[in-house]
Amino acid sequence: MPGGRLECGHARAYLEDSMNYHWNWNVFFQPTGIGKEIYLDWFVTGFGWTVAVALVAWVIALAIGSVLGVMRTLPDSKATSFASAYVALFRNVPLLVQLFVWYFLVPDWLPESAQTWFKQDLSPTTSAYISVVVCLALFTAARVCEQVRTGIQALPKGQSHAALAMGFSRVQIYRHVLLPQAFRIIIPPLTTEFLAIFKNSSVASLIGLMELLAQTKQTAEFTANIFEAFTLATVIYFVLNMSLMKLMGRVEDRLRVPGLMGGK
Amino acid sequence: MSAMIRINNVSKWYGEFQVLTECTTQVAKGEVVVVCGPSGSGKSTLIKCVNALEAFQKGEIIVDGTSVGDAKTDLPKLRSRVGMVFQHFELFPHLSITDNLAIAQVKVLGRSQDEATEKGLKLLNRVGLKAHAHKYPGQLSGGQQQRVAIARALSMDPIAMLFDEPTSALDPEMINEVLDVMTELAQEGMTMMCVTHEMGFARRVANRVIFMDRGQIIEDCGKEEFFGSPRSERAVQFLSKILQH
Repeated sequence: MPGGRLECGHARAYLEDSMNYHWNWNVFFQPTGIGKEIYLDWFVTGFGWTVAVALVAWVIALAIGSVLGVMRTLPDSKATSFASAYVALFRNVPLLVQLFVWYFLVPDWLPESAQTWFKQDLSPTTSAYISVVVCLALFTAARVCEQVRTGIQALPKGQSHAALAMGFSRVQIYRHVLLPQAFRIIIPPLTTEFLAIFKNSSVASLIGLMELLAQTKQTAEFTANIFEAFTLATVIYFVLNMSLMKLMGRVEDRLRVPGLMGGK
Repeated sequence: MSAMIRINNVSKWYGEFQVLTECTTQVAKGEVVVVCGPSGSGKSTLIKCVNALEAFQKGEIIVDGTSVGDAKTDLPKLRSRVGMVFQHFELFPHLSITDNLAIAQVKVLGRSQDEATEKGLKLLNRVGLKAHAHKYPGQLSGGQQQRVAIARALSMDPIAMLFDEPTSALDPEMINEVLDVMTELAQEGMTMMCVTHEMGFARRVANRVIFMDRGQIIEDCGKEEFFGSPRSERAVQFLSKILQH
């Protein structure tokens, strides 16, 4: 296949280049030619969008996922099957496919007025932002749901019996007895999801939202300093996620119960 | 004597399997009734039917004039008036001892936090654990946790107390500290229904003993009669095994 050979050739050229490659870290301080911007500004803006997408989507995912997780543990079979169906749907379709559905298809199913609003009144950035936040939130909610469910189911049945026996209502049992314990148990896997949503936010670059990865690609294209651009992006993602990991570790320590699960 | 707990012809099935067969008995106000029998005989299931932690399909249970099985019964309200102590204590591990004692008083009975804490500490003092108020359940021994659990149940001012094998999960040396609290409670006139294998406790404090086997109440008589001359072959066997040790 000629195309294949061409790409191979490309890679070899890069490799040969890289052997005596001239690293130019100053590239980030060079003007982009647009206004007074330097390339580093693009990374700062991109980082801002990445955080804006991930944080907002996470808050929504945590809320929806918690409700669904509780539903999966209720005696009511309708609630359970709804939550199960949700999880099956959102966990078994690739994230990228889901994003394209939210961005390209779903707007067309909206009523006429909403369509005009979404496609014409909103700026392309805003409509891309909404699509990617909805997509990531609903995708991650399915995963949060499963973790909340396992957290609740890991608790001894006697806990809800004891609460019932004292006259707690169903809502009170979840609020005061089950969820505070379940969330403590699932902090480590929830941390994984929290980090994943920051990494997954990079799919937004494929629908034109200029988050970190999109800015990286753009810098690489404008400057041809592809190595520097992607190295910086890698470092930013890595430092961001390491910090979040440390933060969640602190949260876990703060919430640790004395005498329980490694608490003192 | 008026019956505080009245169990009439109660039957219960898990699918095809019948776990309770026409159980009938009652517990009078101020009476202490011990329920014993081999494992799988349905004693825990029966006692959990009294506060509707387990549902039953036939018969009726009346607690202080209220029918437990009636769909119109306000179950949380009924349960809040009946204290229950579990085999595995079931203190809430994420709450301090003080909060364990106060939470249901505040959330269910609507007492103020201060009032609930004060009452909780008074009861904690009664079970000899005042010094541990600030700790968490995981920092106490099993016997201490069970005494806190009894205090927690008492904090609701119950009209009766249900004990579901309260000493079965304890180390031998901790059993007595729990039985002592229960004995004291019985002597103060608390209405008690206790599922337990502690025959010494039954001899000391029970008014009546109920013996169950395969979901049926086989014996239901005064403790002298039960320990002196049990009528059924099954109870004789059970007693000979349990009293040997």
